[in-house]
Amino acid sequence: MEKAKIVENVAFNILKQAVIYLPDDVKQALKKAYAEETSETGKTQLKAILDNIELAEKYQAPVCQDTGTIIFYVKAGSKAKDLDKIEEALVNAVRKATKEIPLRPNAVDPFTQKNSGDNTGRFIPHVNWEIVPGDSVELTVMTKGGGSENVCITGMLVPGEGIKGLKKFVIDAVIKAGAQPCPPTILGIAMGGGADISMKLAKKALLKPLNEPNPNPEIAKLEKEIFEAANMTGIGPMGLGGKTTVLGVHIDYAFRHPASFPAAVAFNCWAARRASARISADGTVEYLTHKMKW
Amino acid sequence: MAVYHLKTPISEEEVRKLKVNDVIYITGTIVTARDQAHRRALEYHSQGKPLPLNLEGLAVFHCGPVVSKEGEKWIAVAAGPTTSTRMDIFEDEFIKNFKVRVVIGKGGMGKKTTDAMAKYGAVYGAFTGGAAILAAKAIKNVKSAEWLDLGTPEALWIFEVEDFGPLAVAIDSHGNNIFMDVAKKVEENKQKIYQKLGLLP
Repeated sequence: MEKAKIVENVAFNILKQAVIYLPDDVKQALKKAYAEETSETGKTQLKAILDNIELAEKYQAPVCQDTGTIIFYVKAGSKAKDLDKIEEALVNAVRKATKEIPLRPNAVDPFTQKNSGDNTGRFIPHVNWEIVPGDSVELTVMTKGGGSENVCITGMLVPGEGIKGLKKFVIDAVIKAGAQPCPPTILGIAMGGGADISMKLAKKALLKPLNEPNPNPEIAKLEKEIFEAANMTGIGPMGLGGKTTVLGVHIDYAFRHPASFPAAVAFNCWAARRASARISADGTVEYLTHKMKW
Repeated sequence: MAVYHLKTPISEEEVRKLKVNDVIYITGTIVTARDQAHRRALEYHSQGKPLPLNLEGLAVFHCGPVVSKEGEKWIAVAAGPTTSTRMDIFEDEFIKNFKVRVVIGKGGMGKKTTDAMAKYGAVYGAFTGGAAILAAKAIKNVKSAEWLDLGTPEALWIFEVEDFGPLAVAIDSHGNNIFMDVAKKVEENKQKIYQKLGLLP
């Protein structure tokens, strides 16, 4: 099979995996939250979430009706062939997935307010490229819900306040977001680089599994501290009160300009959908996040 | 916390019995409306144009479903709630003019809507955000799809439902609002959190 067709098929498959089956780490975190939640109303919400996850798998239907904005992350081996065909293959996969899974058409022209009907449009699906050594291509898809996207925030903090300023920025963002991002949420946090770079890193951090703290112990400690603080807010599942407001926190950073302290918080809803696969030069495919046959 | 099974059309009297933290299940007709449909419905009302159906006693559902078409028949594949706060700018007028008795969504609504619910007799039923298949399974029939020119997420979908829920009554018709109560508690917790994070002088 030609390379573009393989990419299209694999992109379709990971989209399908992502929207129907939540990753194991997210399911485990939700089960743990359900077991530990003390608020009665909060517990009913987590129960509905867990029931819904089972139903989605049983009926092979998208776990949430907001199948999101579709974002791809491509790790392209510098020696891989036909890299120029990948974007078109991804667009084709999105069109097919929208029709066949189906997905909700979520691409609207901001000028005319017209929905394209197939989840494609200018810069959508969005493709983030990274060139890596080797000859394989790794595809990751994130389908990002609008409710959690609406509370994402970037800020230019005061450099003199350092990490303290960051902590306040994040907690204030969690409190302001309240019920809107469908808590329990996952927080991607980043600082440095610039306004665009910090948000890009924050969003990408949402792809990390919940059970993988940052390898840098200082950052892992900060992740834990923010996790505990966010769960002290009492916002709870769906904002109806309770002790589970976030399922996990991931932090990343870039070096910053001496005068600037850019920071970003990206929220993901509990339906944290992602899936990855690697296509080798010989066309063999390995699915990395979902262990099922296709 | 009481559990109620309501059938549409729901009367003002029935809805006035409900208190926050009660759980309700709805059987009958519910109609989806998001930002664009709310805006259009109110425009129609101000122009004296009728809506595709009479909403009195029904539930309005903040939802943009995933739908598929089998032949001429629409199927609701996934249909969880969307964030209701976006509809706060329309909902008081919507309740007043169309006499819907239940507003279904996620994330809660503000004071203006809470006041309208108290004045005209309506409640807000919180459906678990993202629980799209749980919702879709309670939708027994897509009766019709109106205003499809707005795009499928924004269209007016008329669903026949059976025991649609659980919906947590989060705003009742007596001025109580769980989300506003939680927000108050969160604000109180904020100082403790600041202290724990070493942010206080």
